[in-house]
Amino acid sequence: MALGIGTFQENYAQDMSIFHSRLQWGSLLVLIIFLSACPLFFSDRILTILTMMGISVISVHGLNILTGYCGQISIGHAGFMAVGGYTSAVLCAKLGVPFLLALPCGALAAGIAGLIFGLPSLKIKGFYLIMATIAAHFIIIWTIIQLHSITGGADGLSVPRAKIGSISLSSKTNYFYLVMGLTCLATLVAKNIVRTKAGRAFIAIRDNDLAAEVMGVSLWSYKLQAFFIGCVYAGVAGSLLIHYYSFASTDQFPFMDSVWYLGMLIVGGMGSTTGAVLGAVALKLLDELVTIAGPILSAVVAPQAAASLALISHGLVIIVFLIFEPRGLHHRWEMIKAYFRLWPFSHEVSE
Amino acid sequence: MTFFLQLVVTGLAQGMVYALIAIGFVIILKCSEVFNIAQGHFVLIGGYLGFTFLVTFGLPIWAALGMAIVTAVIMGLLIERLILRPLLGEPVLAVIMATIALSTILGGLATLLWGAEYKAYHGLLPTINFKIGAISVPSESLIGLIVSVICVVILMLLFRYTKIGLAMRATAEDLQVVQSVGIRATTVYAVSWVIASVLGVIGGILLGGVSGANMDLANIGLKAFAVVLLGGVNSVGGAIVAGIILGMLENVAAGYLDPLLPGGALAQVFPFFIMIIVLIFRPYGLFGLVRIERV
Repeated sequence: MALGIGTFQENYAQDMSIFHSRLQWGSLLVLIIFLSACPLFFSDRILTILTMMGISVISVHGLNILTGYCGQISIGHAGFMAVGGYTSAVLCAKLGVPFLLALPCGALAAGIAGLIFGLPSLKIKGFYLIMATIAAHFIIIWTIIQLHSITGGADGLSVPRAKIGSISLSSKTNYFYLVMGLTCLATLVAKNIVRTKAGRAFIAIRDNDLAAEVMGVSLWSYKLQAFFIGCVYAGVAGSLLIHYYSFASTDQFPFMDSVWYLGMLIVGGMGSTTGAVLGAVALKLLDELVTIAGPILSAVVAPQAAASLALISHGLVIIVFLIFEPRGLHHRWEMIKAYFRLWPFSHEVSE
Repeated sequence: MTFFLQLVVTGLAQGMVYALIAIGFVIILKCSEVFNIAQGHFVLIGGYLGFTFLVTFGLPIWAALGMAIVTAVIMGLLIERLILRPLLGEPVLAVIMATIALSTILGGLATLLWGAEYKAYHGLLPTINFKIGAISVPSESLIGLIVSVICVVILMLLFRYTKIGLAMRATAEDLQVVQSVGIRATTVYAVSWVIASVLGVIGGILLGGVSGANMDLANIGLKAFAVVLLGGVNSVGGAIVAGIILGMLENVAAGYLDPLLPGGALAQVFPFFIMIIVLIFRPYGLFGLVRIERV
């Protein structure tokens, strides 16, 4: 990673630190202050959008570790979110378990589901794995509907409002703080996971699994670890989503969401924590744009134009990024930073 | 017993249509090593095209079929040129993701043009009554069976006796050799997309003639994937056999098990169970090329 002028790294701790300069610490502080201050001057609607963005960011972090770092493509992410979400919903609604305990339980359940459906990844890769994860999504949703007596099946299940101690999370503001706190935590953990031994093993498996195995990276162990970690993230995101609505329904986890999470990863840039955040925020913003533009278009063109606009715009964005910027927004962002760092000798920008 | 045989016969005809759709997928995969997730959406477009040409324009069946095929050819060429050509040589994931995005765009177009509504056009396809003993073969299924068989025969002739068919088989065998003897690989890719798109559209019209066209037609694509995996991704013959097997199994399983399960709808997830089982125990399918990678 390129450093700005005047930033020196004189020992190992400095070299390994995530934030190198005062500018970076300053930006972090500004971000935290901004996020804490959001409820003061934003309406409930914008807080809802930000909360949803946070949940998507958490989910995409999981997918990033699984797909971006370990190279195991999953189009069943919404299914794993459903496992986490329903586990915590059932624990809260049927057994009266407190929210703070149900959340990690949901995450764990999603992780275990990830381990089960990750098992085929030991034998197969690429397209075959994609098919296995698509199948996983549909089997999970079908199972949830079949377990009518526990999960409420297709009717859904209402969940009591989440509480931490005596603080109720029923207001949008409180829930916003919870989600943003967890999002920051998830980002920090994701950033650190990929710097550990496991993270380097993931990258080795992604780049060349045969070479990795020859060098002593256990594919069996690390592929399953990637599935577990990725799905734990999905489980947390799923729980947060269900508790936000305090209602659990399989409609909250449509198959297309699995595709959009992968789309967010591509738009943001695979194999980069920053990219996961950028991608999730960018596609959610696009969503909002579509929501605003939809009714206008429906009135002018045809009533069904709004629904088709959402599908076509998402598809086009993904294709345009694949063709023109396959390394995603993250790469573009690095280029912009490098341009200003090297100015006026910016001919070095190429990498 | 009659119930069972009835299910088997219906399943056979349905399976042949699945096979037809799956063959389109296999041809693209063999020629250009692209996994076309949007195959099901060709079916969706086909179902709606059938409605447009048969009902809205009121064309006779043969003219409608011809028009639909012409539209499919244009669609295939455009998709190959605009989306797949710029991605030549990109990693597998990028190309797969592009076809997923393509599928959402096609879904969006179908929503825009036909309003995502249910469009029925029963009885517009020609009818043939046929009975074997006590089992009556539904007319639509029989038409599906006949058209599918005709398509497969045409494809076989194409691959065996035409220059482009030979070029396609050669490309599937070895891309570098093909390019070194002066065959344009991009033409082969374009033709493979055209064939896949035509097969998908024909499948769509056949299925639309049975149960009407709606957005669920795209899910047939997922069944086609199960067929492809069961048959082995790079085997056209495997796709036919697996299509028939899956069509029968699905009908029999749904016929006997649906009354026992509270939520029903087993037929919808059945292909996925097959998929997972095949992927775990026989990842290369029944007739697929076994690639051995050992460490």
